[in-house]
Amino acid sequence: MSAAHPAAPHEPVLVGETRARLEALFPKYPTRQACLLPALWLVQQARGWISEPAMAEVAEVLGLTPAYVKGVVTFYTMYHTHPVGRHFIQVCTTSPCGLCGAEDVMRALLRETGCGELGATSPDGRFTVVEVECLGACGFATPVLVDDDFHDSVSPEGVAGLLARYP
Amino acid sequence: MGYPHPIHPKETPVLSRHFGEAEARTYDGWAARGGWEGLRTALAMAPEAVVEAVKASGLRGRGGAGFPTGLKWSFMPKPSARPHYLVCNADESEPGTFKDREIMRWTPHQLLEGVAIAAHAIHAERAYIYIRGEFTEAWAIMEAALAEAYARGALGGDALGSGRRIDVVLHRGAGAYICGEETALMNSIEGKRGNPRIKPPFPAQAGLFGMPTTINNVETLAAVPHILVRGAAWYAGLCLGSPKSTGTKLISVCGHVQRPGNYEITMGTPMRDVIFEMAGGMRPGRTLKAVIPGGSSVPVMTAEEVGRCVTDYEGVVAEGSMLGSAGMIVMDDSADLVYQLWRLARFYAHESCAQCTNCREGTGWTTRVLERILAGQGKPEDLDLLVDLGEQMTGKTICVLSDSCAAPVVSGIRKFRGEFEAYIRRERQPALATV
Ligand SMILES: Cc1cc2nc3c(=O)[nH]c(=O)nc-3n(C[C@H](O)[C@H](O)[C@H](O)COP(=O)(O)O)c2cc1C
Ligand code: SF4
Ligand code: FES
Repeated sequence: MSAAHPAAPHEPVLVGETRARLEALFPKYPTRQACLLPALWLVQQARGWISEPAMAEVAEVLGLTPAYVKGVVTFYTMYHTHPVGRHFIQVCTTSPCGLCGAEDVMRALLRETGCGELGATSPDGRFTVVEVECLGACGFATPVLVDDDFHDSVSPEGVAGLLARYP
Repeated sequence: MGYPHPIHPKETPVLSRHFGEAEARTYDGWAARGGWEGLRTALAMAPEAVVEAVKASGLRGRGGAGFPTGLKWSFMPKPSARPHYLVCNADESEPGTFKDREIMRWTPHQLLEGVAIAAHAIHAERAYIYIRGEFTEAWAIMEAALAEAYARGALGGDALGSGRRIDVVLHRGAGAYICGEETALMNSIEGKRGNPRIKPPFPAQAGLFGMPTTINNVETLAAVPHILVRGAAWYAGLCLGSPKSTGTKLISVCGHVQRPGNYEITMGTPMRDVIFEMAGGMRPGRTLKAVIPGGSSVPVMTAEEVGRCVTDYEGVVAEGSMLGSAGMIVMDDSADLVYQLWRLARFYAHESCAQCTNCREGTGWTTRVLERILAGQGKPEDLDLLVDLGEQMTGKTICVLSDSCAAPVVSGIRKFRGEFEAYIRRERQPALATV
């Protein structure tokens, strides 16, 4: 991991507003550990991904070890452990959506973004496309999440217009 | 997109009556539709009386297992120094199921009200609603509704002026189907990996943070206010089939139908009415091949079985499957069943938390054997191998994710064997590249 992202000095992330938002959660849970998932969300919202030094910071504030935090981070698919494109695209291809043409939408996304393959970032750094399992919106095939925006009924033809909204 | 649809004459809209009405999302809009009366009624009752009312209604869990809700609540110990917790399961990730999302998107106060009533009934001062991480829209709506409910005094230290403290906390998941399993979900709230726990102890003895806990699905809790306002007898009377299945049920219909969406039925409604009338049936020129009726985790049904089936817990079992979460995945004659079952097996292999060997290995092998069949490299003995694998995966693991992978695959082989054999005999073009 550190070899792939060398040398940039770590700017503390759990400071200022982000730190205040984390501390506001403490009274809602009987343990500090229970704030781990929310803390990781705060880090990802602030930085776009969760680096090892950021995991160490979270561990320090919540009284956990960095190894433990990493074990949790990597269990969940929505946390990024490496940088992703400016816009992160999740497309569902599980069976119910697959029956309605989701794989064609996925291929159109890979082509139109220039990403070429799943998990890769486009050369201009604009997009990363990943295939995800059921988004809980199977009656609205094909559902696509771009960052936090949910789009339903996306067709291969609609992909170019959708992407144009995310410069 | 035309959704939500106009209410179909054969529907019984109770939970979904106000889907599509933007004002119903606000505190006042909900109150104008009779909202918050259920909580007011409950808070005027002893908690034990609320539990009795829910028992008498016959309400059963809508998250998949169909366990009687009042009975579950009655397992909670008497109040003591140990805090009790209520958890609402809004992790909805079962392929085919998208009803809890609509409850939260359109009627957030309906859910908050149900959560508060259940908290009162089980002597909990705090409830957590665990919302899957991908539900960004539902999250924003729930967050706004929660802030409003606090501002108006429906929740907090003196809920609706009752003197009772009821706090509700929203907790965001981060992408993991297994966190819908109740004990995995509790671990996830505690800041752990979402591994299911070995039971016993059951949540009512030692659940969230080791304390007595009740966990219920979104749809289960959303039904509770209506039971208190309109009475347990009214709810129990919503029944066209088995007397053990009462009330209404949101059915999510997806796949090859003309009008995919959620339809709210009285328990016991014929399945063919749901698929052919409410959801509009197949596209022109197409015929029904198969339905997986309970979300993807249950046996496949043939068109003939669907034609006979009564939609309630007992009726679907009588036709060889399970109602589960009632997400119906519909396939017409254009569907490649082998391919779809492979894609579902891949889902379970991806989502296995990997702590049980039979699940980790079984879901992986099931996927790989189906893959080679689809690639035109299957052997005649592969079908027996898949059935054997299914046996090893059923009833032998910590949770039922493993069983859930085996159920559609094994039933698919039993009911549609010819489709698998066509690939194995090379009578069909490979659907996947060489593995
Ligand atoms: C692998 C797995 C996934 C599950 N996913 C969900 C889910 O997303 N939502 C849900 O409500 N229940 C889910 N359940 C069922 C829960 O464990 C639990 O039975 C349910 O939340 C109880 O609520 P109820 O009694 O109101 O149905 C899942 C179970 C398993 C084994
Ligand atoms: S059955 Fe599978 S998902 Fe469930 S606990 Fe075992 S390994 Fe994890
Ligand atoms: S299968 Fe795609 S959203 Fe459920």
